[in-house]
Amino acid sequence: MTGYALELAGIRRHFPVRDALGRPKGAVRAVDGVSLRVAPGEVLAIVGESGCGKSTLGRLALRLLEPDEGNVQVLGQEWTALSPRALRAARRDAQMIFQDPFASLDPRMTVAAAIEEPLILHTRLSRAERLKRVHELLARVGLRPETAVRYPHEFSGGQRQRIAIARAIASNPRIVIGDEPVSALDVSVQAQVLNLLMDLIREMGLAFILISHDLGVVRHVADRVAVMYLGRIVEEGPAAGIFAAPAHPYTRALLAAVPGQGAAEAEPIRGEMPSPIAPPPGCRFHTRCPFAVARCSAETPELLGTTHKVACHLAGELPPAAPFAEAHTGGERLSRLAAHFHREEA
Amino acid sequence: MARWFLRRLGQILPTLLILSFGIFALQQLMPGDPALILAGEDRGDPEVLAQIRAELMLDRPLLEQYFHWLGRVLVGDFGFSWRIREPVSQLILSKLPVTAQLASMSFLIALVIGIPAGVLSAVWKDKPADWGINAVALFGISTPNFWLGIMMIMFFSVHLGWLPPSGYVPLWEDPVQSLATTIMPAFVLGTGVASVLMRHTRAAMLTALAQDYVRTARAKGLMERVVVARHALRNALIPVVTLGTIEFGRLLAGAVLTEQIFSIPGFGKLVVDAVFNRDYPVVQGVVLVTALIFVTLSLVADILAMLVNPRLRAA
Repeated sequence: MTGYALELAGIRRHFPVRDALGRPKGAVRAVDGVSLRVAPGEVLAIVGESGCGKSTLGRLALRLLEPDEGNVQVLGQEWTALSPRALRAARRDAQMIFQDPFASLDPRMTVAAAIEEPLILHTRLSRAERLKRVHELLARVGLRPETAVRYPHEFSGGQRQRIAIARAIASNPRIVIGDEPVSALDVSVQAQVLNLLMDLIREMGLAFILISHDLGVVRHVADRVAVMYLGRIVEEGPAAGIFAAPAHPYTRALLAAVPGQGAAEAEPIRGEMPSPIAPPPGCRFHTRCPFAVARCSAETPELLGTTHKVACHLAGELPPAAPFAEAHTGGERLSRLAAHFHREEA
Repeated sequence: MARWFLRRLGQILPTLLILSFGIFALQQLMPGDPALILAGEDRGDPEVLAQIRAELMLDRPLLEQYFHWLGRVLVGDFGFSWRIREPVSQLILSKLPVTAQLASMSFLIALVIGIPAGVLSAVWKDKPADWGINAVALFGISTPNFWLGIMMIMFFSVHLGWLPPSGYVPLWEDPVQSLATTIMPAFVLGTGVASVLMRHTRAAMLTALAQDYVRTARAKGLMERVVVARHALRNALIPVVTLGTIEFGRLLAGAVLTEQIFSIPGFGKLVVDAVFNRDYPVVQGVVLVTALIFVTLSLVADILAMLVNPRLRAA
């Protein structure tokens, strides 16, 4: 045992791209050598623009996609080496919550059936015991047990996401990956669902990976943050450190781009994200980086550091960035909302 | 639910009325005079012609003829065939079991081939098996039934001598012989429908397999075939159920060419013969019954859709 709940080492996944005649003409380098660790009870946020590979990374971590290279260790067990049968049994330990609660629940299954399925697979509970557990789980996520007989379409987005959470924790997992778990919800509902998730993480000692592009949400819940750009991690460290002193120019730009950050000192990201089929040589961000020097386009920077790691040749030489002005962020708004709803629930 | 059902029934009646009047009116536009055909040898005698016309009400205005016919239909009397002198209802009742048997066998063949082929080609998307299944389906869709029918007769009846080339034996007289006479036409009709079902099943399966709930099912640790059968297929079948019911209705409406080739005395053959002989009461009767079958099945399709799709039930 390494003590980590989830360890990714050198994960790589490329999607072949074919031309009209089906001949391979390259590959989308969705995830290109990513290593991460998450400890029990820890919330690691993976942030980045759309298309940077964060969702793919989440799926690779649970072997819902097969990595081309690299290792996945769950609770010290090498998942990449598991047989299909052993993998199915091991899946009880790691579950996923998807972004769109309207798509992640089987429309032809009642809520009870959806939550019961993992119990049938992974426990030896009797039918009555399973039903009791389904009711407990529903109550735990704030839904009335009577709702168990209903179908997903009869619920609102927030309620559906609660059902998805109940389903995810049904098998008592140690790791949960939330792929934009609240971004499809209204802001007021976001706060409630985030609170629920945070409570569960604390209670169950879950290792939680939060995949998100919403820095307000991340600031609110994450212990550590990993910033992804074009399939690679460019910065990783404690959330407080990253938000107070973002070291990578891309992280700085991301934080500055949050509305209310004072556009005056912001360094806007220039241009579009380059194609992941032909990423730029050297540092992948150099085409859009305001600080780029000759070395950046020639040499790929390593992710260096002890707790706060940065992949930038100029790390430490850049002028200090303005810290994330929390007062103006969605995070602040969320915190207030969360506090408000907490009182209501109590 | 009850209100919905009544509303649907309310829609069916006008549909049938408009359709029956359309058919009635169109027949008057057809070239050829039924009196001339029925008079036969005596076609030169104006008195005979006038007598026939009076007997069949052909000398009355169109609307009068229509309402007279409609009034009789409402009490279950479809009139007499002008040519065979038999009640139309009798003719329809004698052909319906033939067509029903053929349609059921064809549909069974279509289901047994079409659905699994669609599922497999979706699961094996872009693999050789998928290409193969699609090639066969394309062949099934684009091959004319009469050609496939003739080829099958040549091979299985003429060349191998396994099956009778044509004719029909009722199921209750000799089940084995009955199956032998209907298996080829059923296969010809069934493969056509199977191809359509396959394409739709494949498309619906591909959509379903890409859904998050399928990913969720895999993450739960279900076996892949359980994921495919319980989560993907059950959802993919929703549109296929509707399509299949309508296709079954088309089969029940009779397959003119196929019945002709195999000399199966079904609906298709009945109506074609009637059209050629200007036997209007038969044409009207068959069309009305066919239309009734069709609208009933589309109602059944809607009810089935509600049964398989919980999202439709609330509405």
